[in-house]
Amino acid sequence: MQAKLLGAVGALLATAFLAGPAAAADKTKIDFWFGNSGDIAKRVQEQCDRFNQSQADYEVVCTSQGSYDASLQNTIAAFRAGKQPTIAQVSDAGTLDVMLSGAYYPANKLMKDMGYDINWNDYFSGISGYYATSKGEMYSFPFNSSTALLYWNKDSFAKIGKDHAPATWQEAAEDFKKLKDAGYACPLAFDISNNEVWQYIEQFEAVNGEPIATKKNGFEGLDAELIYNKNPLLVSFVKDLKSWYDNKLAVIKNKAVGQTFIEAFAAGDCQVILTSVGDHGNIGRTAKEGLNWAVSMLPTYGDAKRHSSYVGGASLWVLKGHSEAEYKAAASFFNFIAKPEEALTWSTVTGYIPVRNSGFEYLKSQGFYDKAPYAGRELAIQSLTVTPLSDPGPKGVRLGGLLQIRTEIANGLQAIFINNADVQASLDTAAERGNQILRRFQQTYKNVQLP
Amino acid sequence: MEKRVTFSSTTVGLLFALPMLLLIFVFFYWPSAQAVYWAFTLEQPWGGGNAWVGFDNFRQLLSDPVYWGAISRSLVFALSSTAIAMGMALILALLTDREMRGHKIYRSVFIWPYAIAAPALGLAFRFILAPEAGLLSIINQVWPGLWNPALDGKDAMIAVIVAFSWKYIGYNFIFFLSALQGIPRSLTEAAAMDGSGPLRRIFDMQLPLLTPTLFFLLVINITESFQDSFGIVDVMTQGGPARATELMVYKIYFDGFKGLDYSGAAAQSIILMLLVILLTIFQFRFIERRVHYK
Repeated sequence: MQAKLLGAVGALLATAFLAGPAAAADKTKIDFWFGNSGDIAKRVQEQCDRFNQSQADYEVVCTSQGSYDASLQNTIAAFRAGKQPTIAQVSDAGTLDVMLSGAYYPANKLMKDMGYDINWNDYFSGISGYYATSKGEMYSFPFNSSTALLYWNKDSFAKIGKDHAPATWQEAAEDFKKLKDAGYACPLAFDISNNEVWQYIEQFEAVNGEPIATKKNGFEGLDAELIYNKNPLLVSFVKDLKSWYDNKLAVIKNKAVGQTFIEAFAAGDCQVILTSVGDHGNIGRTAKEGLNWAVSMLPTYGDAKRHSSYVGGASLWVLKGHSEAEYKAAASFFNFIAKPEEALTWSTVTGYIPVRNSGFEYLKSQGFYDKAPYAGRELAIQSLTVTPLSDPGPKGVRLGGLLQIRTEIANGLQAIFINNADVQASLDTAAERGNQILRRFQQTYKNVQLP
Repeated sequence: MEKRVTFSSTTVGLLFALPMLLLIFVFFYWPSAQAVYWAFTLEQPWGGGNAWVGFDNFRQLLSDPVYWGAISRSLVFALSSTAIAMGMALILALLTDREMRGHKIYRSVFIWPYAIAAPALGLAFRFILAPEAGLLSIINQVWPGLWNPALDGKDAMIAVIVAFSWKYIGYNFIFFLSALQGIPRSLTEAAAMDGSGPLRRIFDMQLPLLTPTLFFLLVINITESFQDSFGIVDVMTQGGPARATELMVYKIYFDGFKGLDYSGAAAQSIILMLLVILLTIFQFRFIERRVHYK
């Protein structure tokens, strides 16, 4: 009797065990590694959960690696060991390395092979242009996207009799002076640490329609050379910034000081900052009670005509070495996150902008940009699409070792601001050192053709 | 008759040593060999192949004045943090050894800092030393502009040296204290009876007896300050302002992991390794002579 009972229980357990994995085996599981952390990581996770619940065939396992850098390092290490995830997020600065690696399944080919018809023209020109090859092909999916905006304090501007943000840096200079005279200790807050120079160099050049490097900022060849130091507009702008800094119209705010420029703006201590639209939500949540603020597009310099700013953020790459079923799962996931409803949820819970026109139109039709916490974010799209895709100018920056180049620029700027080094000489040195990095990169990849 | 356990053959001995040798091989020799190989090539990060470039990586580094700057900063950092960490630890250990009130608490409390991970430590010190919002901002209220590690390279260097030393004071303290407690009571008492006061005893008796520990800690501290400093620099200053705290090990991390320049970072690691080996040889050759082991 007892033996029979035990046998029955055993059989039951056995079937349960067998059935368990069998049911899971129907689903194709794929890994997706990303670099966002904190709140954004939670939002990515939610998006994955929504995808997993929306269908029964695939399961995407999303894992945050802590930061863009860590995610890229881990993905590379995994790839070299043959254990790479199916989908990996790579930041704007890491795009060139992965593009030259040959380690990926091009996004356009993947979607075609898996039977999806993607309208690549639906992507905003400023966004697709940044990630596309020199021939305009999309090898990855733009994911979290942002661009720089100018954040300004409406109340303090009202005190100096202004109801709009400066459209040019000349106007900004006058505003800073008036703000200072009106008793504000910190009209402009800025930072020149390693990761925060992109607003002042890359975006400045973009908005004013000037190249940073030859060969369309590197899109047309690895033999590009940095030329930002030869642009009189930029040199003159850095001199202006330095004189504002010396006259206490502009103040350096960063972690080492004890308050970042974003915190300084949110606390009402500083009146103007330049930062990503991705911080829009964060500033809204952390702003001092009653802080009356708005955003506008980055100012232009002198008589320069406004051009599109560059997109920042990251795109999703599909890596080589996986099965057909896994690629089907990846394609299905991309198809899911491209839905306008997903764009709305994504833009609502993060500060990132929709990457497709259809998503943007959907958000507009839902009245997203009319409501208080989100109003103003449409300016990011406007800023990214000033120039049409047909414009011959560069659509982004495609330089090897971009993070190291940014560090050289940051060190050059720090020498100017902190050690009072000569502006032109410092920018020249930084460019020269940057060019050495570019030549090294070119030599490393001398057997590879830039797509 | 001598009673001693010996192995009949070297094979058995080697077998016992094998697990350790294997560990050392996997975690030291293998990666080092890989680094040496990469240092002579230009390695593509994603593994797409590499090109042999001979001594180019080294030539490029050694002809770069900025890299020489990093070397001299690393030396300044190593010497000053070792001096502070060992000096402070010695004083604390001598005081604790004198069994002043609460010495039992000090004995365990002083060890804690060593258990704190470098990034957490860096974060704490960044807060303490921040010129506008930190605890030290009081200084700036009294003398405006006196302390600003965010904008003054010298202050930034002082900040990372202080943070690093603080951690190693705890480590050194354990060694000093145990060495002091290993000095026979009878010796101390005999010296006291001969009329030598505490200070006299420190210089004529305790310090000479401590030289083996002093020497050991000197070697360890110098080595660690070249290698373990990167976490603190990364969190506190990221090498800035204007390269003022760009140490060799931080540059390796930045070029290798952030810049994906594996070969450049490998070449820098080799240079760092050679430098540490050289310094260690120097210490054994010239300083160890003055150590009395018995």
